[in-house]
Amino acid sequence: MVVVKSRNEKNIASERSLLDELDLMSCMDGIPHGILIMDSSQRVVVMNRYLEALVGYDRGDVCGVKAGFVLRCNFQQRNNPFDEVILSGKSAVLEGDIINQGRKKIPVRFTLSALVPSPESVAGVLVVVEDISLLKDLDEKAHGFPGLNRVIGQSSKMMELFDLLPMVARTDASVLITGETGTGKDFIAEAIHKASKRAKHSFIKVNCGALPETLLESELFGHVRGAFTGADRDKPGLFRLAEGGTIFLTEIGDLPLPLQVKLLTVLDDKEFFPVGGSKKVLVDVRIIAATHRDLASYVKQGKFREDLFYRLNVLCLHLPSLRERGDDVRLLLDHFLRDFCRRLEKNISGFSASVISRLSSYHYPGNVRELRNVVEYAVNMCQGGIVEMEHLPAAILAEKKDDAVLPYPSEETGSERSAPPVAVPQPSPPDGPQGWKEMEKKMILDALVKARGKRTRAAELLGWGRSTLWRKIKTYGLT
Amino acid sequence: MGSHEGSHEQKAKMKILITVTEKDVAPRFDLANEIVVAKSEDGKISGRPRTILLPRPSAEELCGLILKEGVSLVVCGGIEENHCSYLTWKKVKVIDSVIGPYQDALIAACNGDLLPGAIFFKRE
Repeated sequence: MVVVKSRNEKNIASERSLLDELDLMSCMDGIPHGILIMDSSQRVVVMNRYLEALVGYDRGDVCGVKAGFVLRCNFQQRNNPFDEVILSGKSAVLEGDIINQGRKKIPVRFTLSALVPSPESVAGVLVVVEDISLLKDLDEKAHGFPGLNRVIGQSSKMMELFDLLPMVARTDASVLITGETGTGKDFIAEAIHKASKRAKHSFIKVNCGALPETLLESELFGHVRGAFTGADRDKPGLFRLAEGGTIFLTEIGDLPLPLQVKLLTVLDDKEFFPVGGSKKVLVDVRIIAATHRDLASYVKQGKFREDLFYRLNVLCLHLPSLRERGDDVRLLLDHFLRDFCRRLEKNISGFSASVISRLSSYHYPGNVRELRNVVEYAVNMCQGGIVEMEHLPAAILAEKKDDAVLPYPSEETGSERSAPPVAVPQPSPPDGPQGWKEMEKKMILDALVKARGKRTRAAELLGWGRSTLWRKIKTYGLT
Repeated sequence: MGSHEGSHEQKAKMKILITVTEKDVAPRFDLANEIVVAKSEDGKISGRPRTILLPRPSAEELCGLILKEGVSLVVCGGIEENHCSYLTWKKVKVIDSVIGPYQDALIAACNGDLLPGAIFFKRE
């Protein structure tokens, strides 16, 4: 049970006398985190010894200097969180990095609290700076997968996959990664390589569907001088370039049958003949293959060699589609929103309830890649603090809810290139501007009209920097 | 700190580049999207300093621009060791951790008085 007592005058007096007796500086110096107090014009009032050591400036030298110049954090000028805290009086916690006088970039966590002596005014901001470089290192070590930070997921299917990866990385066996387009097969392949003992050597990615058969053979296995017209010198080929490392064969389902035989030889004997060559080349390369096609059915149809399929399919990792990942959609939406807000220097706090509902029920034929593009489009279109329905691509808005049960294009017809394109932005009314450039031009003009020609104000309205607006005005010839 | 040599050498002809934000030296080299390039001769600024808006903040691209422009002295705020070492290796002097109005820093650099970690702000 909580009992709330009104503080009597005696209590208040004793608290005051205690505060008077305490030496604020000694208290601050005893805290094992950087502490800085700035006034409402963001000038340094005081900072503790820990922060002195962290940033490399003496507090006596920087007293009165703007805190941003002392902390040298990676906040952009227009999204300065100190401004936000002073304006709103609300606290904020955010991660970033600083560059200290020793020229070291240090990851830090800032906790900003407004100093509010009276309800109507903010006197300054208390900044607590925690050095989180150790935490970041531990995080990487715990994951054991330096490249896995690009794959995000908390659903049971993704967790099962993450559990498998350390084992897959430890072995040297061939890996086959399957999964629909846009599920992150490339990232997983690279993460496996980075966590393997071959990490010090090359990771070479080859798209088997991107080149004609003859060219692909020469690219993969190299050729000797005079092997064909135009072969005026020896070419080592990608297998030899990947010596000691990993070769990632993406779209392996599109590998022509004659090359499948040659690949089988490499897998079995670790050796091959370059095009036109008479001398065998020995290689030590791990093969990771990926495809969005159903290789088993390809084998049945005679499009893919059965022996190669079994040789590649030693370790098989299947990446679930976004539809199977449940709450990961929400997680990814938030992740990409933060990512694009940072890149585009926007200050968007989230999605409206209707947008979340729509995006959670959408079927994402292009999976994570499509979701990422939808968020990028929305962040570009949104000029306020919340992404609303009108900021979504037209194709998502036009999609009926019952389309969520539409099947993904069959393996026969579906391919990376034939996958349904990500919603083409057509948000404007029929008489409105067409295309992003026209839209941006119109946005600039509207902002300039609203700001009565004042560029600084127009830039603020657009959420851009003065220099960005100036550059775009010049690009579009609006001067 | 930054490579700083005798003022006699610095007072000779040189091309100075300062990373700026509004009227101040930009707090970070890697996040600067505006630079000022000035020429100096015998401790005085010769000609009008040029302001260049960069397409995007990038330390690597800025290093490339510095070499392309034939800059001999870079004045900046915080800079990472690898970028500073690269510029020094390419025979470009770097005076870093400078705080204050870029014009004050430019004048001091021309005079050969600018030191790494210099603070030009007036106390209020």
